[in-house]
Amino acid sequence: MNIHEYQAKQVFAKYGVPIPKGIMVESVDAAVEAAKELGGPIWVVKAQIHAGGRGLGGGVKLAKTLDEVRELADEILGMTLVTHQTTAEGKLVQKLYIEDGADIKDELYLSVVLDRKLEMPLIMASTEGGMNIEDVAEKTPEKIITVPVDPAIGFQGFHGRELAFGLGITDKAEQKKIISFAQKLFKLYMENDAEMIEINPLVKTGSGDFLALDGKMGFDNSALGRHPDIAAMRDLSEEDADEVEAAKYGLSYVALDGEIGCMVNGAGLAMGTMDTINYMGGTPANFLDVGGSANAETVAKGFEIILKNPKVKAIFVNIFGGIVRCDRIANGIIEATKITDVNVPVIVRLDGTNAPEAAQILKNANIANLIVGDDLGDGAAKAVAAAKQA
Amino acid sequence: MSILVNKDTKVIVQGFTGKEGTFHAEQCLAYGTKIVGGVTPNKGGQEHLGKPVFNTVAEAVKTTGATVSMIFVPPAFVGDAVMEAAEAGIELAVIITEGAPVKDMQMAKAYATKHGMKTLGPNCPGIITAEECKIGIMPGSIFKKGNVGLISKSGTLTYEGANQVCNEGFGITTAIGIGGDPIIGLSYNQILPMFEADPDTHAIVMIGEIGGDLEIQAAKLIKEQITKPVVAFIAGQTAPKGKTMGHAGAIVSGSAGTAKEKMEALEAAGVKVVVSPAEIGKAIAEVLGK
Repeated sequence: MNIHEYQAKQVFAKYGVPIPKGIMVESVDAAVEAAKELGGPIWVVKAQIHAGGRGLGGGVKLAKTLDEVRELADEILGMTLVTHQTTAEGKLVQKLYIEDGADIKDELYLSVVLDRKLEMPLIMASTEGGMNIEDVAEKTPEKIITVPVDPAIGFQGFHGRELAFGLGITDKAEQKKIISFAQKLFKLYMENDAEMIEINPLVKTGSGDFLALDGKMGFDNSALGRHPDIAAMRDLSEEDADEVEAAKYGLSYVALDGEIGCMVNGAGLAMGTMDTINYMGGTPANFLDVGGSANAETVAKGFEIILKNPKVKAIFVNIFGGIVRCDRIANGIIEATKITDVNVPVIVRLDGTNAPEAAQILKNANIANLIVGDDLGDGAAKAVAAAKQA
Repeated sequence: MSILVNKDTKVIVQGFTGKEGTFHAEQCLAYGTKIVGGVTPNKGGQEHLGKPVFNTVAEAVKTTGATVSMIFVPPAFVGDAVMEAAEAGIELAVIITEGAPVKDMQMAKAYATKHGMKTLGPNCPGIITAEECKIGIMPGSIFKKGNVGLISKSGTLTYEGANQVCNEGFGITTAIGIGGDPIIGLSYNQILPMFEADPDTHAIVMIGEIGGDLEIQAAKLIKEQITKPVVAFIAGQTAPKGKTMGHAGAIVSGSAGTAKEKMEALEAAGVKVVVSPAEIGKAIAEVLGK
């Protein structure tokens, strides 16, 4: 789960990570009021969406007067922002963050992520703040400092010194400040089960202070149960509506561009099914994992979500029944076709426990548009053929 | 022969009396697995499925001599359960539970390693040595005894692969689901050498997916150490970037962890890489010369 910049900064503030003063608003008038309260003389008007690259897309702008704050708020609020991290359709800006302008001397980069190879958190820092860190990693990898921190020992002095010296900070007072900054950030990363925190840029001000000018945070979904305060920050309007709806029923759904709807049990087999359709000359319309306990209700919901997509010309149901017996799933599919109006060919492949009984049940049901696939390859081929005929 | 577990392996179940634990322990017992007891705090002294229940893993190990634990406790308690097993001297913990917090697994895996305990999972179907010992949730009936070792991040692709191998007239020595979470226990690079050393395993099926670089590391190891034929499939060639595909770890971040780079690395290591899981059985028949 990701949160907005303004929310990340609330978390930062709670842990004493220094941030510029700012106020989140949802209207132009409120933006001007917020600017008055902050006092100026310079403000930054920032679009709040869950994507990076907002500045380049025109979603972050500097205002020198209250009139400019009004103009910019009016311009940015309600605009559809397209950045390199959004889809081509972009994202609607519904919230703004009005922030004090900072006296920027240097722009740095600081993040904490999980290093899957080391199996522990990794602090990354760079003097090349304000740039896309993937570009920095590619062109000048020597400018990125990486400091793994074993959670069993936590953030120690040497971690801080490696960061400070790595960033070329020689002034002792400044060293102390950046070490304290990183230490607090690491603490909040661990305590909140964050998946990643990225501050880009982290700025050094004219007076030698460090401030988080931006803040991006993502959390481990599996741990949200123990962080109700973080879970409450979820903004559903930033997420794909169909994915959210699917998740309510225990379905894992991702929309794609193709024509063949897929309903599969298991994430690996679901991806493998998409790959097989592609290999056979078709195009998958979605990823959909119905999970380990597919029943009539979840299958019906799956059909409903897949069929919302007007591009879908055929549906391939590919289930490898393990503990769940195939005959039950077959009955579930028949039930589901009664609940939902399925108006495209449905190719069903059921394998595993009690598969022959299941095939018989499907044949006996005599449902129009229902085609039985013998195995994964056969089912995928029939689905591709059905979509081409449609 | 087989790897890691066989008909003599003594197994306990953590989360024994819960709904999932009960159902699957029953299935494992029916398969022939030597489940010698289970652990559920505050239910010690009772009997469940005809086996003793203990309050702690330490007590269960001391009384039964179990070396493997199958873990079904709820997600928030997985870390605790794994560390308890490690402390009690369990040699292999098979973690079936889905949705364990990643931070807990970092701590628990590091602690397990310190105690010399191997782990499998979390969020995996478990391990099965065909016709001897099933520790997990896979349908036992599809795994016929044979000479192919199987290792997979995905549960249903494990079944799909094993089923095809058996339909081609071959069978399985041991099949292992390693799970698709960001942090997992035993992985390709620990398990592949075990299959290499097992005289009964003549070929290996390796199923991977997008995200992380375990398959790339495996390609390096295969090139250097594995002489037996390996057939591989990597799921997610058609997965979009930046989207989590069901498994928490199955995500292409930036340009890293794509199916393409993994397939190329494996091919360069001499692995027979198939583009669809529907080809796994045929590929095994090819490499084993039938």
